[in-house]
Amino acid sequence: MEKAGDTAESESVVQPEVPPQVETMATSWELPTELCCRPLALVALTGMDVTYNAVHRAIWDAFSANRRADRVPLAFRVLPGDHEYPKCKTKRQSYEWYIPKGILKTGWMNKQLNMVPAVVVVFFDLDWDEPLWREKQMECATRVEVVRASLQGRSTRVAVVLIQKNAPLPPGEDMVAAERAAALCSACELSAKSLFVLPHTDHLLGYIIRLENAFYELAQNYYHMEARRVKSHKEFLNKTTHQLLFVRHQFKIAFYNEMKQDTHTALKHYKQAYQHLNEVRTHDTNMLEIKTVSGFINYKICRLSFQHNAPLDAIAQFRKHVDLFKNKVGCAELAFEHSSWISKQFQVFGDLFDEAIKLGLTAIQTQHPGFYYQQAANHAITRKELCRKLCDPTAKYPSTDPLELAAKLDFYGQRPWRQGHQSIDPPDAQKEREGILSLQLLELTVDHSWIIIPLLSSAVAQFKKYKSARMKRYLMVQMGEEYYHAKDYGKALTLLTRVLWDYRSERWWALLTAILTCALKCAYLVANVQEYISISLELIGQYTLTSAEEKTRIQMNLIRVMSGDPPEPEPECVPEAVEEAKQLWTSDAIQTVTQPFTIELQNLVPFVECKAGFSLASNPPDKHMVLDVYLSVRCPFPIRFSKLSVLLSNPAYNKHCTLADSRGIANSDAGDAETGDLYLVPGQVKHHQFLLIPTVEDVGRKVEITSVALELGTPGTRSAILHWQGGGGDAATNSSAPRVMSGRRREDQPAEIDWDGLSLYGSISVVPRPPRVQVQLKHKPPALANEFYAVELTVESQEDDEITEVSLHVGLKDGQDTSLESTTHICFDAPTQEDAETFIDKPQPQAPGLSVGSLKTGEKVTRTMYMRCLQVGQRMLSVRVVYNIQVSIGKQASPICCTCVKEEIVPIETVMPVDASIRLKSLLMDALEQIHYDEPFLLLTDISCVSPWSIRISSTELQLTEALRPATGQLESHIHKLQLNKNDRASDCYCLTAPLNKIHQGSVLMGEYSIRWRRADADDSIPYVMTVLSLPEVPIMNLPVMVEMELPAHGRVREPLGITYTLHNRTSTVQEMEVMMEPSEAFMFSGHKQVHFRLLPYGKHILTYNLYPLLSGHMVLPRLHVNMLRYPGTTDQIISKMMPTHVFIMPTGKEAMEEVFAGS
Amino acid sequence: MTGQRLSKMAVCVAVISKENYPLYIQTIPTEDDLKFHYTVHTSLDVVEEKINNVGKTTNDLRELYLGLLYPTEDYKVYGYVTNTKIKFVVVVESSNTALRDNEIRTMFRKLHNAYTDMVCNPFYTPGDRITSRVFEKVVNGMMLQDS
Repeated sequence: MEKAGDTAESESVVQPEVPPQVETMATSWELPTELCCRPLALVALTGMDVTYNAVHRAIWDAFSANRRADRVPLAFRVLPGDHEYPKCKTKRQSYEWYIPKGILKTGWMNKQLNMVPAVVVVFFDLDWDEPLWREKQMECATRVEVVRASLQGRSTRVAVVLIQKNAPLPPGEDMVAAERAAALCSACELSAKSLFVLPHTDHLLGYIIRLENAFYELAQNYYHMEARRVKSHKEFLNKTTHQLLFVRHQFKIAFYNEMKQDTHTALKHYKQAYQHLNEVRTHDTNMLEIKTVSGFINYKICRLSFQHNAPLDAIAQFRKHVDLFKNKVGCAELAFEHSSWISKQFQVFGDLFDEAIKLGLTAIQTQHPGFYYQQAANHAITRKELCRKLCDPTAKYPSTDPLELAAKLDFYGQRPWRQGHQSIDPPDAQKEREGILSLQLLELTVDHSWIIIPLLSSAVAQFKKYKSARMKRYLMVQMGEEYYHAKDYGKALTLLTRVLWDYRSERWWALLTAILTCALKCAYLVANVQEYISISLELIGQYTLTSAEEKTRIQMNLIRVMSGDPPEPEPECVPEAVEEAKQLWTSDAIQTVTQPFTIELQNLVPFVECKAGFSLASNPPDKHMVLDVYLSVRCPFPIRFSKLSVLLSNPAYNKHCTLADSRGIANSDAGDAETGDLYLVPGQVKHHQFLLIPTVEDVGRKVEITSVALELGTPGTRSAILHWQGGGGDAATNSSAPRVMSGRRREDQPAEIDWDGLSLYGSISVVPRPPRVQVQLKHKPPALANEFYAVELTVESQEDDEITEVSLHVGLKDGQDTSLESTTHICFDAPTQEDAETFIDKPQPQAPGLSVGSLKTGEKVTRTMYMRCLQVGQRMLSVRVVYNIQVSIGKQASPICCTCVKEEIVPIETVMPVDASIRLKSLLMDALEQIHYDEPFLLLTDISCVSPWSIRISSTELQLTEALRPATGQLESHIHKLQLNKNDRASDCYCLTAPLNKIHQGSVLMGEYSIRWRRADADDSIPYVMTVLSLPEVPIMNLPVMVEMELPAHGRVREPLGITYTLHNRTSTVQEMEVMMEPSEAFMFSGHKQVHFRLLPYGKHILTYNLYPLLSGHMVLPRLHVNMLRYPGTTDQIISKMMPTHVFIMPTGKEAMEEVFAGS
Repeated sequence: MTGQRLSKMAVCVAVISKENYPLYIQTIPTEDDLKFHYTVHTSLDVVEEKINNVGKTTNDLRELYLGLLYPTEDYKVYGYVTNTKIKFVVVVESSNTALRDNEIRTMFRKLHNAYTDMVCNPFYTPGDRITSRVFEKVVNGMMLQDS
């Protein structure tokens, strides 16, 4: 397909330069300009002096300058008042004896467009209040008279415009003006409608536009009458003698209608004219005239159809036109004239079509101007061929020039030597012969290529626009061939080589061969050595369909060129060009070029094929890399190359991958020489093998074949470097299409190498030497979070030689979760107690390499590494052993140093060692959700062992924040040197209180609880680690009042039981209290049943009661209701929770009972 | 088919591969058979366009017959694409009015059948040039008789 970069560049080639020779021929089919223009009604303006009179100048400018599309379509001319218009011929009264001499007069259209006006306007400076009115009126009448006189016999309309300085009054008010206007009209014999007043005031353009419209109406009227006048002749005509007049009259009517801007009527009459023309009997003498006029009429019909937005009508008309005339060649000796005419028809239609597209018509891929340009070009080519066949360049030009009058014919399309002659046979056979001969000689002077190339170029542009890439290329090939015929070989070569690529990639070998053959001629003729070689490479290859003899000839020429000799000329070339080419080939400019030509082969289908590659996809560094190169040629004869080199991605190898054959291209000795042998015999595959030693720095990398270069010719004199990108392959093998193999080729392959079966690797990975050491890991999974997890590594060498610089690299495998990396610390150093205590700021997930020196065969080394994981989860631990070993490759003397790596990956799961939870309880062992200031509470910690391994806790410790302190004495842990097995549980209990503190409101942080532990089975070298748990935050509240109750542990029935309630005011204000003791069934009591007192700030009040238990058992105490007047309703509930509700009352003992009874 | 009608047939028959290279081209004996190669090659522009457009608009089964491709002055080029994107191109002379759409369709159907039979040959590798004699006979039956 199209290459992006290619298109922009190709423009310049596709666009031809200006032809050096312009066609100057009697039978040039250029349409006359008066036919192609849009006919406009002609209005003559007289009586104006536009040179010296500024007012007249302004008026003329207003008429003529900047006419936009919205103005009425008129053409204006300034003419002197006494201008002579073409004389009107005397009207024929009868056509009875009249025989027309031709169809269309050459001058008629021009006369209508430019000479005979529809309206003549007389401008005259005259104001209504002119003092010398009578004289001026006379002068005006005279001027009108003069104009009328010069229009004698024509029905051209005459109008008078008075240029006035004053603005006119509204109609009907100026009595003088009305009167004088009437007088002027009668003096000039003018209708009132043809008199206009142009006040020369501010709104000039407005007045001019109104005037214009009035003129336009007059003009339309005129052309309408003219058309009717022509139509009226019809009744006098008869079909036998006046056939030509039928055509002429219809054409005239149509043309008048076009001038009237009635294009629909015009189209109708043009169609009738075309119809009449088809009825005219054609013969050799009038063929030219009929074709010329039919071309004109067809042009008008197509043009108007496009204009009426009926492109299908236009196309249908054109098809009909071509079909009608395609086979009407006319005079056989002038057949080229017919081709030229048809070519022109197509070109003109293409132009019309293109024009319509520019104005908004949409074309499609199968119907666009390109086809018409292409046909035009094809007919132009036919014309060229006919010219070559029919015209005799040796003929002598007739002494009296029959074409003398060619430029001034009376009728379109007539022969200059027999104008006006309409009979079937030419009047003078001798003259006719001379005329034909002179036309033939004239045709010989035409440079046909310069007609064909621009047409092809137009077609190329169109096909490109309508997505027809292949057609575009075909046209470019034709252009190239035409340039070849035009002897512009350089341009031809450029064009042809540009499209070659596409035919190659689409594998159209027949077309490719044809283009290559032509391109080779061009390359020879311009002595382009590089292209010559590159084209030859392809032409002698297997894909091109050239004959065996041709291939032999081309190969011989190629060998000549490569030896520095000029090649034999290509056949079928113009002899003069060959002479020039011979000069070029021997010139110094070519002979002294010693620079080798580089030819990229992947875009060609050359005769030599190459397959280079490695036999393995990967190779250890202690073995040779085997690089195979297979070469095969498909040319008819054996050929010797001078040098083969393979370029690799690491240039260090390149010097080992070269093979030179210095015997020269012409030497044909086969067999091995010390320098190497690059003598390739067709059908035999040549195989070369290079052995390469991998370099140390390539270990772990890929070595790729970047290109293969094969040199043809002698370096220093003339040589070409054939260059394959990668490991060979060309346009045929690289394209997406499967490779097509002919059966013949398979047979002539030698049995040992099957070319198509060869499969090689384009690159080789140099892999590290496989290690021969054993790594063992000893550890007890799972690891516990936060512990120092010991892993014992044992490395055993199994190499045959001593290994040196052995080092261990342990770390997390790459590519794991970053949160794992930031919570893992790995080291080889045995941990100290200090390590265990300190917090790890920057954990190192990779331990620095540990060097363990050298190992002999079978020697073992053991190291312990420690891993501390701060978080649970699965980690991939990578253990790598890196060492060096000296190895020698093959017979090579100096051993090389290889680095080997052994890696073991071990998954390690980390779990939590213990699960600790916290509970808060009141002194009554009720679960607490919140605590109160100054009220003691209990903190219970539960430690349960969840690890599969038993752990040993050395101590635990509670660190409180300042918001809390122990309720009594010191904090003391009760867990000491305790071993927990799986699912064992240990608990600690602390009694704490929160002193009243203004800062902590709402909630307080309690502190931390830390556990020192290690595995129960760990040896002493491993320190205890501390796992710290943060205690939760607990809500705290301040109570305004606190009640303490003192109560004996138990009572006895009918033994007084003294209890005291102490009420503390915790506020800084005086509190009024109301206390009421509820009666109880179980007790009688003494003391206040209901009391009201005041409590001073932070003061206390003691209430003492004596209870007398009546019943035994776990009895409900009488309830004390406390009510603070300041906080009504809330106090009672809170306070009731602070006090025991029950007391155990024992029954009276026997002795006591006895005492009682005794007492009583 | 009567003998008389045989003389009014195609002037060029071509089979084009999926990748647009020619599998088979047969033309009437002429000096300029390259011209037909170019005609067939350039007609692929339209074939490609037609195939692409169908894919965009409908998912229905595509009509295999593509109809008239390029209207040239002297020849009419017709196209047909199998479901495996093998293209058949038939060129007839413009002056040949005996061949209407129906005849062309019949021609393509015959060609398609012949191609199918040829592909069924286990010794034929799809993508190779067609050398089958039976296929050639069918094609020759469609070509303008050289009389």
